[in-house]
Amino acid sequence: MKNEWPLWEIFIRGQHGMSHRHVGSLHAPDAEMAIKNARDVYTRRNEGVSIWVVEARHIAATAPGEKGPLFEPSESKVYRHPTFFDIPDEVGHM
Amino acid sequence: MAVDQEKLLQFLLRQGDNTLILGHRVSEWCGHSPILEEDIALANTALDLIGQTQMWLGYAADVQGEGKSADDLAFLRDAWDFRNVLLTELPNGDFGRTLLRQFLFDAFQSVLMGRLMKSSDETVAAIAAKASKEVAYHVERSADTVVGLGDGTEESHARMQEALNYLWPYVGEFFASDDVDAAMAEAGIAPDPASLREEYDALVGKVLADATLTIPASKYAHKGGRTGYMHTEHLGHLLTSMQWLQRAYPGCEW
Repeated sequence: MKNEWPLWEIFIRGQHGMSHRHVGSLHAPDAEMAIKNARDVYTRRNEGVSIWVVEARHIAATAPGEKGPLFEPSESKVYRHPTFFDIPDEVGHM
Repeated sequence: MAVDQEKLLQFLLRQGDNTLILGHRVSEWCGHSPILEEDIALANTALDLIGQTQMWLGYAADVQGEGKSADDLAFLRDAWDFRNVLLTELPNGDFGRTLLRQFLFDAFQSVLMGRLMKSSDETVAAIAAKASKEVAYHVERSADTVVGLGDGTEESHARMQEALNYLWPYVGEFFASDDVDAAMAEAGIAPDPASLREEYDALVGKVLADATLTIPASKYAHKGGRTGYMHTEHLGHLLTSMQWLQRAYPGCEW
């Protein structure tokens, strides 16, 4: 018999205009309780304006073993960074 | 017409003692809950209740006019001075009973705070407005848990029904009006609690039905807490623990 509640990944938006950020995970019997638990565990010091929860088993992830083929080829492609343009001073911060 | 200050004080003590005693009871779970998430949630609830206590008893101390503070009222009164309903001082029992007691209390508070927000007394209205957001969350959470456990496994259902049979006779005291309530109602400070029963029964009835729990048929209601006439034997034990530090080290601060 399975007694453990499913694991949920918690994403919190700290303020309007920012994106949701992964803050951690917790256990809950369903999505509604996961939101309530997230509210109690992760926003008790006024950290958030919005909460997303997703059951951990629904997240597809890259395997650490595939790191080489997936990420190493981009290490040597500096030309992909748009750092070769001169930005006029008047543009200010981009 | 100025309201009788002694009666206003009694009304405020009833509010503050309810949240103080239940807040302390709930805090007893800290570090003992079945899972980390519930442990934090219960600690949050306890802190909310104690925060509301500071407002109610702070105002009570002002009305009393003897230069005392909310802390004095919380830690230096004896059992017979407390005006909380008996439900709040009952032992926690298992997790299910604690959450059912919480729901029965939260449901009453959610009905009451809605009315107190329109109180003719500005301070009462302001306290109720602040508390109402916490209460709205508490009742949602405790109701969900009551449904989850009541309509859960065979064992959780049986435990919740047993808890309801034990707690239900303590619900009636919420609505036992007396001359203090009559004076508050006349001054527009607070509703007559008896007038809240229908709304309470509708809310509680729906949640308990969803939880597949049966409300006991008996109308018998324990009383004596909100009048201070006679508390249960459990209150003295609770105070012994809660007030120990101020009793052993009078005036101690940190």
